[in-house]
Amino acid sequence: MSVIIFLFVCSVLVAAGFLLAFIWSVKDGQYDDEFSSANRVLYDDKK
Amino acid sequence: MLTNHNHLSVAKNIKQLCFHCGSQCIDDVIIINEKHFCCNGCKTVYQILNENDLCAYYDFNEHAGISPNTQVRKDKFAYLDNTEIENKLIQFKDSKQTHVTFYLPQIHCSSCLYLLENITKINQNIITSKINFSKREIFIVFNHHAISLRKVAEILASVGYEPLISLNNAAQVKKKISRAKIYKIGVAGFCFANIMMLSFPEYLSGSTYVEPALKNLFSYMSLLLSLPVLFYSATEFYTSAWHGLKNKYLNIDIPVVLAILITFFRSLYHLFYLGENGYFDSMSGLVFFMLIGRIAQDKTQQYLSFERDFTSFFPIAVNKLFDKTFKPVPIEQLKENDVIQIYANEIIPVDAMLSKGNASIDYSFVSGESTPVAANIGDIIYAGGKQTGEKIELMVVKPMNQSYLTNLWNKQNATNKENKNTFVDTLSKNFTILVFIIAGIAFLYWAMIGKVAVGLDVLTTVFIIACPCTLLLAATFTYGNMLRIFAKNKVYIRHYNVLEKINEIDTIVYDKTGTLTQAANVAINFIGEELSAKEKILIKSTAANSKHVYSKSIVQFFAEENVVSNTNFKETIGKGIEAWIDEHYIKIGSPAFFNKPNELHKSIMYVAIDNKLLGYFITSNVYRKGFSAILKKLDNHYKQIILSGDSIAEKDFLEKTLGKNIQIHFNQKPEDKLKFIQQLQQNKQQVLMIGDGLNDAIALKESDVGIAITENNNNFTPACDIILDASFFEKFYQLFLFSKEGKKIIKLSFSFSFIYNVIGLYFALQGLLSPLIAAILMPSSTISIIAITFGLTQWSARKLKL
Repeated sequence: MSVIIFLFVCSVLVAAGFLLAFIWSVKDGQYDDEFSSANRVLYDDKK
Repeated sequence: MLTNHNHLSVAKNIKQLCFHCGSQCIDDVIIINEKHFCCNGCKTVYQILNENDLCAYYDFNEHAGISPNTQVRKDKFAYLDNTEIENKLIQFKDSKQTHVTFYLPQIHCSSCLYLLENITKINQNIITSKINFSKREIFIVFNHHAISLRKVAEILASVGYEPLISLNNAAQVKKKISRAKIYKIGVAGFCFANIMMLSFPEYLSGSTYVEPALKNLFSYMSLLLSLPVLFYSATEFYTSAWHGLKNKYLNIDIPVVLAILITFFRSLYHLFYLGENGYFDSMSGLVFFMLIGRIAQDKTQQYLSFERDFTSFFPIAVNKLFDKTFKPVPIEQLKENDVIQIYANEIIPVDAMLSKGNASIDYSFVSGESTPVAANIGDIIYAGGKQTGEKIELMVVKPMNQSYLTNLWNKQNATNKENKNTFVDTLSKNFTILVFIIAGIAFLYWAMIGKVAVGLDVLTTVFIIACPCTLLLAATFTYGNMLRIFAKNKVYIRHYNVLEKINEIDTIVYDKTGTLTQAANVAINFIGEELSAKEKILIKSTAANSKHVYSKSIVQFFAEENVVSNTNFKETIGKGIEAWIDEHYIKIGSPAFFNKPNELHKSIMYVAIDNKLLGYFITSNVYRKGFSAILKKLDNHYKQIILSGDSIAEKDFLEKTLGKNIQIHFNQKPEDKLKFIQQLQQNKQQVLMIGDGLNDAIALKESDVGIAITENNNNFTPACDIILDASFFEKFYQLFLFSKEGKKIIKLSFSFSFIYNVIGLYFALQGLLSPLIAAILMPSSTISIIAITFGLTQWSARKLKL
């Protein structure tokens, strides 16, 4: 039984980690401009 | 090039597209590296890119370039050297670098992104440049010891991206995009999913198999996870409901809040008193789905500005006379009797008196009349007018905040569009009342047969299950998807309320110039002697040198003829053009250019070769494609009126094409238009107005639905409810049809959600609603409603060819 509690705590922590990652990405402005980043990776850097 | 300078008919008549900007080359002269260019501006940009090894620009998109505005004068950005103005624009400055953001309306494709982010290659002193594509902004960090802000702006302008710097830039407090809603959704989703997970063991096995200690623990964890939903994610429902209560207005969020609170407290009762699992999953699910609905509705055009006012097209600075030299100053510092200098194609920011030079003022922003008005020394020129001729000097009569235009604008603020009850509000209100009645009757029934406890149980479960959540979602998802479909058709709608208002419209008011007619296109005709082939070539070759709209239309008029290269060319802005070609002197221009009075009161251009007058070109507005068909179609359902700022020149034409049903009023000033709309509204008519310029702005704001039509999204559009791209005008009628469809779809999905509610109530009224049933009904009803509304809107859009 205690294993289940341990597993539950782990799963919530992992999920909370993803929630934080999501909030971080939103805060960072990742979703503000969906066009630029998507295209930027395609350019060769000649330097 | 020089050798064939004096020969006619050398140029081949093959239409080449400009390698840079893709417009048609009028002559075959500008060629480098076997690439054709339409003008020297485009060639220069190509050369800059070529030198800096940035030609990948052309690989991403063909003809991606923007023809640079060659009329930009050398010291246009001189005002950026003024520290006061500079400080208003820059965001950050330290001992090494300066940060600045410019608005570049020209940004449109991946090539733009490539070039602008590699602008550092053109000048090493620009340290970083980063584009925000959806805002069309460039963020630049530069070394201010090596280059100035002015130089940065000039570099951008030199490659075709001239920054748009307006008074608005300086005044505006940087708007922060609120991301709170997204965080709230994240939290609600997280909690909802975890509570669901915790509830599964009990749902799947019934209460028997789960060990009591574990079950208890899971229930308390559910409670813990529901707290962030209750206290954080759901907050905006509370504020909205409170706002409704305070204004004694039953809005849709009141039953939602009621459902949230009742579900929560009832779950507490289950947990602490009965020792059972509660409805925490349903509660957090409700909040989660409702928030998604809100986002779907709000996520429209957060970057399109619907609230632009005149400051966004006023210059930030103007040249003012100090002793003997002109220096740029911010325009709000102008005082009475200051002398200012205005160049061609610049807007006069204050009411002022002409003191030097020939003024030819285009008041189209203010009055709608697009033919420039000549002014004499001593005449007052009002703010908002645009000088079309040469450089002039003016003496300030009134500072900016007292000008006629500012007054006109501020007059507007008194009237405010009241938020009327929308159709969804009314429906949900009735629904809420119905729920209250059902719950009341059920409670009374159980109380009368002596089972008050069951009665209370029923009372609360009715509120849990019959929350208007699905009703609300039906509306939000339908409108959200409609706004998306409209945006795809280049119709940008400010708020979903507007779609409801469109359904109530009974009167449509049109502005004429720029709305029914095309702004950037003029029809042209030649009246005079029969022209010989050689004369045609000479006239076309002369006009080909100029970028003026009229010159361009002359070139198009003689589309069949060839062009001879020529260099002896002179353009007098606002008046006309002259050129020496092959020993001939060609002169084309306005009556004033020929010292003649304009007797026809129309836009005409005289043409003379070797001082012999051959005749004149007459220009007229080109009406938008299919405008009469559209107006006739709408005529069956709506009262239609045309208000024109112009003189009555085109009255006959309009009456003939449109018939007698449509009223037409001419010589309407902005205030007249406003009064007209107000009069209609006093007669209880619901008015939709469609217009373009600033001259329509106050009337647009006053009308129930204001539509601004634009041929280019980057242009100035006045404050309005809908920004409509001119290309959509042909489908103008579909705007009304689709809005009507939307209402039908919502009604239909309402009835679907009603079925779910009936099923839920069936259990609730008997006191049998278990958390399991609630947990199944809630998400399944929500998801099916989303599917239904999405499918139906998509289908009806296809039917209407949207």
